[in-house]
Amino acid sequence: MKIIVNGIEHTLSVEPEMPLLWVLRDELGITGPKYGCGIAQCGACSVMIDGRATRSCSVPIGQVDAPVTTIEGLGAPDALHVVQEAWIAHQVAQCGYCQAGQIMAATAFLAKTPDPTDDQIDAAMSANLCRCGTYPRIRAAMKTAAAALRGDAA
Amino acid sequence: MSRIGTITRRTFMVGTAAISGGIALGFYAYKEPIDNPLLDGLGAGEAAITPYVKIDQNGVTIITPRADSGQGAYSVQAALVAEELDVDLGAITIDPGVPSAAYFNGKVIAEGLPFASTDMGTLAKGARSMGQVLGKIMGVQVTGGSSTVADAYEKLRIAGAVARETLKQVAADKTGLAADVLRTQDGRVLLPDGTSIAYTALAASKVEPISKVTLRDQSDWRYLTKSMQRIDMVQKSTGTLTYGIDLRFDGMVFATVRTNPRLGGGVRGFDAIDARAARGVIDVIPVTGGAAVVADNTWRAFRAADMIEFDWGDAPYPHEQADMWDTVSQSFTKAHQDSQFKDTGDVDAALTTGETLSAEYRIPYLGHAPLEPLNAVVKYDGTRLDVWTGTQIPLFMVGNIERLHGISADNIHIQNQYMGGSFGRRLEDDYVQQAVEIALSMPNVPIKMTWSREEDMTHDFPRPMQIARASGAVENGAVTAFDLAIAAASTTASQMSRIGQPAFGPDVAIVAGAWDQPLAIPNYRVTGYRAPALVPVSSWRSVGASGNAFFHNGFLDELFHKAGADPLEELLRLCDHDLSRKVLQAVGEMSDWGTPLGANRGRGIAFTVAFGVPTAEVVTVTNTPQGIKIDEVFVAAEVGKVIDPVNFQNQAEGGVIWALGHAMNCEVTFADGMAEQTNFHAYEAMRMYQTPKVTVRALENGPDVRGIGEPTVPPAAPALANAIYAATGLRIREMPMNKHIDFV
Repeated sequence: MKIIVNGIEHTLSVEPEMPLLWVLRDELGITGPKYGCGIAQCGACSVMIDGRATRSCSVPIGQVDAPVTTIEGLGAPDALHVVQEAWIAHQVAQCGYCQAGQIMAATAFLAKTPDPTDDQIDAAMSANLCRCGTYPRIRAAMKTAAAALRGDAA
Repeated sequence: MSRIGTITRRTFMVGTAAISGGIALGFYAYKEPIDNPLLDGLGAGEAAITPYVKIDQNGVTIITPRADSGQGAYSVQAALVAEELDVDLGAITIDPGVPSAAYFNGKVIAEGLPFASTDMGTLAKGARSMGQVLGKIMGVQVTGGSSTVADAYEKLRIAGAVARETLKQVAADKTGLAADVLRTQDGRVLLPDGTSIAYTALAASKVEPISKVTLRDQSDWRYLTKSMQRIDMVQKSTGTLTYGIDLRFDGMVFATVRTNPRLGGGVRGFDAIDARAARGVIDVIPVTGGAAVVADNTWRAFRAADMIEFDWGDAPYPHEQADMWDTVSQSFTKAHQDSQFKDTGDVDAALTTGETLSAEYRIPYLGHAPLEPLNAVVKYDGTRLDVWTGTQIPLFMVGNIERLHGISADNIHIQNQYMGGSFGRRLEDDYVQQAVEIALSMPNVPIKMTWSREEDMTHDFPRPMQIARASGAVENGAVTAFDLAIAAASTTASQMSRIGQPAFGPDVAIVAGAWDQPLAIPNYRVTGYRAPALVPVSSWRSVGASGNAFFHNGFLDELFHKAGADPLEELLRLCDHDLSRKVLQAVGEMSDWGTPLGANRGRGIAFTVAFGVPTAEVVTVTNTPQGIKIDEVFVAAEVGKVIDPVNFQNQAEGGVIWALGHAMNCEVTFADGMAEQTNFHAYEAMRMYQTPKVTVRALENGPDVRGIGEPTVPPAAPALANAIYAATGLRIREMPMNKHIDFV
């Protein structure tokens, strides 16, 4: 079985029912996506499959038929994605454990909704749990990121 | 041997007994200082001038012994040292260090004594300074009680200053110049001729640490009180920070554990035939109360653990929630009385006059559920035991491993890790002891033990369920009597039992946030009743005050309304603590208290002093056709000084959201002896759509620098309940509030 993650093809020999999350974390050593609940309730494991935000804990590897992007593939400390820049500028993270998932969900959402209303942001992001309560900063960072992605002056 | 000097332990002691602004630090007078743990195993060319600063040719490392569970402890500790050491925060490395009594927390015990933090009397002050001594003697290296900044504020700046002045002396000796013509900047000693020497080039020299330093004036600060970028922010925004759960070592295996969800009930036996045969399973190992599955992948371990058939023992407590409530309810007796720290006036007589009111309040068990499920990596080589995990109690953990597994403390090595939340959960080390059990049976193999979310949720040490009975009287528009009785199991006794220690005296946690409030109610009594132990319980963000503030503020609001008084005006009239009055005035101003809000809207106020921080909060709500919408929260808190405004706001806001989310939506209940909430579908707390706008104002009038990780939690729930009453006329006396009203 083959899978493309962050542009790199990997060959695997695992059960098709193994969730993508555990393939990433334990088989490939890609630990940006986090285990939080295992039942698609918290969003800490969010990755993009073919550009769509997906809960990797609940997608069997056998059903993954498109390239996967994890937080590591979105940007890097020396080559940040615009959404990551906004997250840093607003100092969103507290414990930070959910933030890779939040950023992946936000990035996928903003790609489709370049000028979101507050209600749209709330609706899109309420599936991602943050136990530290960073939601106000996530909202603010998303607005900054949306403006930057649209090319608005800061 | 070329470390800084032949630094002896004695010279380090002199180094830390430094003078701060001309005032000697009191606690050093009580007992000899403690060995510097950095002196063990220093390599060539490395220097450890104080327990907090280590320098070698590659750079400067700042030791940050208070654990980081997301509250920014590493950053603030590094900043306090860096401010005096003159290093660029972006150019240093941080290391949580090794567990050591040198890193004792003087504040966490000092503030846990039965004296109100607003009490500045001789006895209270004396007890607090003895608490410092106790913390030192016991080597209490604990992260908790919002004490990190309070404890570190002077200590770490002194450490930085001692290191700086010592490095200047080394440079002086090297160059033949006088130390007082040297300056320091960004990790270098600057010479008068415009040249400079890097700290890293001085580490291999010999010197005696400087014994006296003067701390800088605030006007010269570069980092402190200014908004700083946390040192972990880029890593946390790029998925590149390694948490405990992300660790990977060569040859590592992956394990999980299942133990009896009837907590403490033990296991009579188990059948693991299918689990052993499952793909990837390496072994199934009995552990205390259950079994561990060791596999080549975490998910395979989880799956195999599901296949084990266990024969669990019975729960050593009532199996059903209703019976647990009965147990607490029956504890309001003289035999169960635990404390009566507050008894002013003649409450019984006052309750016979004026208009009287009585009510009963309840709060449920609440779990911590940090988003990173509990985990630990452990390796045992037959003698040495290495543990990599996130913990708030590294030294107690060493003691527990020694006590439970017979490994000498000298052979136990703990490396603290970044944590994906804790909220008090990692004041317990049950998960680590399980991982140690696995490692002991698989020597020389690093094992990573990860709990499933379900294991995590069903094996928490929740905040205790509590019942409060309140009576009061009002006369002529004022509160004349307030009598609050609170029954709960003892958190402290439960915790102490797990470190093999008895707990003496009353448990302050049963009444914290209620008995110690600076209100001059003429007849005022708060009584604590100790309910029998039920499930094991522990500290939950803001501990006793988290629930007691709900009882105290909720019933006060009932009395204010009964009296026909304005809640803020009546609080201001009753409050006899100047710093607290300013907090109340501030929140009134921020929230436009007293102005009309419009139809179907309401404001509620609550005020609590917790962890030495007077905090007042106003919540506004709208009663929509679909349910209550929380519109805004206003917070004013007195913390003496804000060390990092960004992180202050983040913690203050996070505390409010934490409190409101759980107050609205969460409880842990038991059926058949087991927690019924097994994952986040049944324990949601706050999600973004319910999150209000939160406005925070810090007041800096007080003499003591305080932490803000917990103090904004206690007033939030009662302010919400009081706002709901104002908007709807419905008085909510029980959490979760969604049992009584819908929220949108």
